[in-house]
Amino acid sequence: MLHEPAARQGHDPASRYKTRLGVWMFLVYALIYAGFVGINLLWPSAMGSTVLMGLNLAVVYGFGLIVIALILAVIYNSACVKEEKRLEGGRGGEG
Amino acid sequence: MDWMPVIIFIAFVGAVLGMSFYFARKARSAAGYYAAGGNIHWSVNGIAFAGDYLSAASFLGICGMIATAGYDGFLYSIGYLAGWIVALFVVAEPMKRLGKYTFTDALDARFNSKGIQLAAAISTLVVSIFYLIPQMVGAGVLVTPLLGLPHAVGVIMVGGIVIIIVATAGMTSTTYVQFIKGGLLVVFSTIVVVAVLVRGLTTEPDQGGKVPFHKYATVLATEADGALVPEDPAWQVQGTKDVAGLTLVRATRDGRDYWFKKSVKDGKTILDECQYQSVGTEGETIINGAPASPENPLRQVGNLESVEGRKGSEAATGSVGPFDFLAKIGSPDTLVKTWKMVKFEDQGRKLTLYAPSYTSGQKILKPGQKFKVEGTPLERLDFISLMLALFLGTAALPHILIRYYTVATPAAARKSTIVAIAAIGFFYILTLFMGLGAMTSAVVNPADNNMSAPLLARSFGTLLFAVISAIAFATVLGTVSGLIVAASGAVAHDLMDRFMGLGMTDRSKVMAGKIAAFAVGIVAIILGILFQGVNVTFLVGLAFAVAASANLPSILMLLFWKKTTAKGIVASILVGIVVSIGIILFSPDLYELYGRQRSEAPIPFANPGLFSIPASFLTLVVVSLMTQKSGNAGSNPGGHVE
Repeated sequence: MLHEPAARQGHDPASRYKTRLGVWMFLVYALIYAGFVGINLLWPSAMGSTVLMGLNLAVVYGFGLIVIALILAVIYNSACVKEEKRLEGGRGGEG
Repeated sequence: MDWMPVIIFIAFVGAVLGMSFYFARKARSAAGYYAAGGNIHWSVNGIAFAGDYLSAASFLGICGMIATAGYDGFLYSIGYLAGWIVALFVVAEPMKRLGKYTFTDALDARFNSKGIQLAAAISTLVVSIFYLIPQMVGAGVLVTPLLGLPHAVGVIMVGGIVIIIVATAGMTSTTYVQFIKGGLLVVFSTIVVVAVLVRGLTTEPDQGGKVPFHKYATVLATEADGALVPEDPAWQVQGTKDVAGLTLVRATRDGRDYWFKKSVKDGKTILDECQYQSVGTEGETIINGAPASPENPLRQVGNLESVEGRKGSEAATGSVGPFDFLAKIGSPDTLVKTWKMVKFEDQGRKLTLYAPSYTSGQKILKPGQKFKVEGTPLERLDFISLMLALFLGTAALPHILIRYYTVATPAAARKSTIVAIAAIGFFYILTLFMGLGAMTSAVVNPADNNMSAPLLARSFGTLLFAVISAIAFATVLGTVSGLIVAASGAVAHDLMDRFMGLGMTDRSKVMAGKIAAFAVGIVAIILGILFQGVNVTFLVGLAFAVAASANLPSILMLLFWKKTTAKGIVASILVGIVVSIGIILFSPDLYELYGRQRSEAPIPFANPGLFSIPASFLTLVVVSLMTQKSGNAGSNPGGHVE
């Protein structure tokens, strides 16, 4: 006997779109994150150079990674909601 | 004793316990106990995510590490937050579709494999216990300055309260404890940061006038015929000792023992006064040349020697904006005084010495103080390994994954993750200001940096300290509750009900969960006492590595590779656990914890992720390809339940 989810989930026609979009956005963020790690390793002195409002690259890039995560998350949610609404029967708007 | 922190603390704990008893009636079914009935609103769940995730490691550990190692502590903030991107984009909705109460449910949804049930339950227990250790250590750290109780008492108190929270109302009370704690943590951390910015920077911090700034002695000396002679004849050099790359000098003045760090600058020999604690064979303790007592503790440390090249009254900035605060600290002309701990024996006494060190602000505000990004290839690999584990660990933490089952739909799971990212991201930005605020305000306990954030709050008044400490305690309660729910679910639901096939009723499953919660709580108490004094963020970093190695490869491959088999998943989990823990146990950091030399460690790095995560992925692929004929292969990548 297979185990079932707590709340039965109906067919979600938007799930394929959401999965694909999620993977792409993950890859975009992973690239930015890898850039941070890479600069630290390959060009560490650059992290100490002032780049914006007296702040060095380490601080700007670090804050940037946090802010970009939120921006991408909001974009992702907007796209998912839009697709769920377009494909009637999706369970996206719930919650 | 100051009673205000005690009263606020007791009121807070009383409110939490009252709430647990109130919700107890809602936790009589398994769905109520393990998943809060699956009906938590996504916005509440999002803040509860933050409350669950922002553990002692985030609040106490990261702030403490920033306070002593600068930007390197902030790397944890960046990595912990980045991990939520993996959770949102890849894991959130499929996990919600596939699971019921536990992470094991989701992994096993398409296989119904005894092997997966056992391996995933073991993994949940291992990761939860690894994660529990730093939380319990954090609890012990908190109660000493707050209530004047020993470390062990704090650990036992947290363990006892959490067992009551979890055993009465399971995930429902846990959710609301986490929701309240998450909200309060963000609000009051913001208040502390505003207070730091309003106070500004100075080279002689005095905790708002409460603790006079201590000026450590600097003695000029000359060296002739191998003898060290201070220019001030009041000092008599008694001997020197080379320890951990430092030359330490013991000198006396007015019959009192002092230790100095010797350095040579511009041809001059300079002795900088250290702090030290010396323990004799009978246990008698001397601190800085006088018997240890409540009136003679180790002094709190951390200050700027110069702010943009200015010293003394000229250096005081007054109120500063957030960017200006960072720019001034990060200036190449700013000098930060930090303290390095060394341990050695001298004249039959065990000494722990804290030697001053001066670092430019530019170096403090970029990676390199703790993680040697410009070091040897091995040190660089260690850095990559840490950043990889932090990035991939979040989406594999069982106590985070179970929160996807407390909301009604996959869309709600997604939205609650976004609320979590907003709250957690904002908090992590605050950690940089709190940590640097502590580093520059002479509030850091040199023997244990975990209390830096609450001690920073105390420099602004007892009320803020009391509230922040109560929130910090709630931080531990919230996270430990979540971990114990996850661990008890693994024992009662995954192992007893599913793996052993005991055919438990709904009621007995709840009872088994409560008993498991009690047992896990006892284990957590013991470990929390044993690991006293270790930086809690460091320990959580290791828990992330174990989670990322044991769980994430299985989750991702199950969702995206249709040839994944049950045996592949089992092998991947077990290899991930064994390789990651094996590397950790034989690493230099753990050898130091064992009381041995770091150089004796057979594995020269501390973070296992770079090796254990690929090993787990590779194992899954190889074993899955070898077991295709068994018919266990999944056929529904993406985790879509049709």
